[in-house]
Amino acid sequence: MSAAPGSLGGERGVKARLASVLIGYGTLALAACVLAPLAGSTHINLARAFDRSIPFPDNVDAQIFFVARMPRVLTGAIVGSTLAAAGVVMQALLGNPLATPFTLGVSTGAALGAVLAITFGSSLPVGALASVPLASLAGAVVASAIVYVLATRPGRPISTMVLLLAGVTLNAFFSALILFVQYAADFTQAYRTIRWLMGDLDVGSFAPIVAALPLVVVALGIFAFLPRPLNLLSVGADSAATRGVDVGLTQRLAFFSASLATAAAVSLAGPIGFVGIVVPHLVRLMVGVDHRIVLPASALFGAAFLIGCDLIARTVLAPVEVPVGVVTAMLGGPFFLWLLVRRS
Amino acid sequence: MATRQAKLIRLVFVVFLLWGANPSGLESRGPERSAPLQTSNSGPARRVVSLVPNVTEMLFAVGAGAQVVGVSSYDDFPPETKALPRVGALLDPDTERILSLRPDLVVVYGSQTELETQFTRAGIRVYQYRHGGIDSILQAIRDLAGLTGHPAEGDRVVRQVRSQLDAIGMRVRGQRRPRTMLVIGRDAGALRGVYVSGGVGFLHELLDTAGGDDVFGDIKREAVQPSNETLIVRAPEVIIELHPGEQPAADALQKERAVWNLLASVPAVRTGRVHLLYGGYLVAAGPRIGRAAEALAGVLHPDTVK
Repeated sequence: MSAAPGSLGGERGVKARLASVLIGYGTLALAACVLAPLAGSTHINLARAFDRSIPFPDNVDAQIFFVARMPRVLTGAIVGSTLAAAGVVMQALLGNPLATPFTLGVSTGAALGAVLAITFGSSLPVGALASVPLASLAGAVVASAIVYVLATRPGRPISTMVLLLAGVTLNAFFSALILFVQYAADFTQAYRTIRWLMGDLDVGSFAPIVAALPLVVVALGIFAFLPRPLNLLSVGADSAATRGVDVGLTQRLAFFSASLATAAAVSLAGPIGFVGIVVPHLVRLMVGVDHRIVLPASALFGAAFLIGCDLIARTVLAPVEVPVGVVTAMLGGPFFLWLLVRRS
Repeated sequence: MATRQAKLIRLVFVVFLLWGANPSGLESRGPERSAPLQTSNSGPARRVVSLVPNVTEMLFAVGAGAQVVGVSSYDDFPPETKALPRVGALLDPDTERILSLRPDLVVVYGSQTELETQFTRAGIRVYQYRHGGIDSILQAIRDLAGLTGHPAEGDRVVRQVRSQLDAIGMRVRGQRRPRTMLVIGRDAGALRGVYVSGGVGFLHELLDTAGGDDVFGDIKREAVQPSNETLIVRAPEVIIELHPGEQPAADALQKERAVWNLLASVPAVRTGRVHLLYGGYLVAAGPRIGRAAEALAGVLHPDTVK
């Protein structure tokens, strides 16, 4: 890994590379979004699916395309890109290549919320939203708030060491609470909890996507301002400060946006592992370490990666499905080890 | 080195001998055969602890209710169980508490093998129950009736359940069998986390008896989690959700049923044949399966049954 990327190299060079990366990875993500709905466990007639003269309730092909596949692929795109981008930000914020979007306890908080909803809130749908995603979002917010309060002092930069320790400890604590709730739950509830923890993109309609979208947009909007200060921060907080970076503000924005992105993704599809760690590293291998390139490239590649994993999940054993979290881990795990061995 | 090898051979030999001398640990799987093989003291059991709610129900049905001295944390039927000591369940059996109740028969679930070993060592009879089809439920009723000294009553209960099921089968005979999906789990307020009955187990058999064709009958598993795509493709004509709890208020019920409207092309949705049934008896593998089959038949063939 070369040092101090951000400020080095001409602006024009970076812009040109960014343009080529956006075109390349953007095409990949777009291709995944367009092609994935065409494949599935069953064969559909596309011409019929788009034939408006057939009433929607009579058009099975259109139903499969627009109700079963499109929301699923879109969810894959959103969750994949937010988790991958949040992974990049977390790794930069914590200065640790092993950091993931789940390192600071956000996903465990979300999981605790979901487990409580599955176990105790049998029927509490609020408007278009079901109780499980809402509770997981609430859990994620509570977890981030606790970590934030523990690790920050007003007006001072965040100690990444304290942040990391607080996050890891909270993860362990919430995991224990989850086990306790599961222990109190009956067998079917415990089973549903385990299934939720494996992740699932089959959201069933566009409503959950629409509900999560504002959070994702805000998070991605903040991400857009982060690459340059993160580049400088990755050299060292002091060095970044001397170059005019407001270290405290950058850290807070990074923490807030990454937590928000993770919370939205996890409430939408459960804690799908490995996307947030494998994709950023894979992208760095291909485009270098400049966050101005890595962040957008990871977001686009993450979308394509998760859509691809879900395509495998829903077709390989059809009509039975493999949980998508199992696919990402089975593809991501060995790959990550290979990466680790190759580097060392 | 040589002595170590000799010791090892001797150890393997001893283990082999013990294994051969005590085959019950190997052959006692399944409700049909386990009970008679476990007998270490004869005579009907006087103090029974049941860790499996539907087996507790069987015990009460065959007239052994007064002999039940402890039940699992989840027992709620018949109401008499509520007054009995609770001794944990599948994942958290309280061995000490069970022993303190001085049982001479303990009913455990088939996967609780460690518990079985513990009680057998303590000289307590163990009956291992495992969920299966209708036949294995009826066999378990007979086994338990025999173990508790109520064989005639057991036969009567089995005959009664059989005749209930046969009567339902007779009434729906010759009727068109709608393609049916039996939903056994779903996230509240959303079409997510849907679990359906596959082609194995008593729920599948009850559906069959009640005159429905299981759209997931070809998948030889007790529970299947299909994707929305699969739900659309399998196109059930009737969707029946089984909820073990109490029926909610009308508007909540309406909301839960409306969840399915998303799959507009599914025949059951188009014709309004989405039914949400509530009640513990629907999913209890015990003496009330006749009633469950009747509820299913009532929904599947409303003109013939009811």
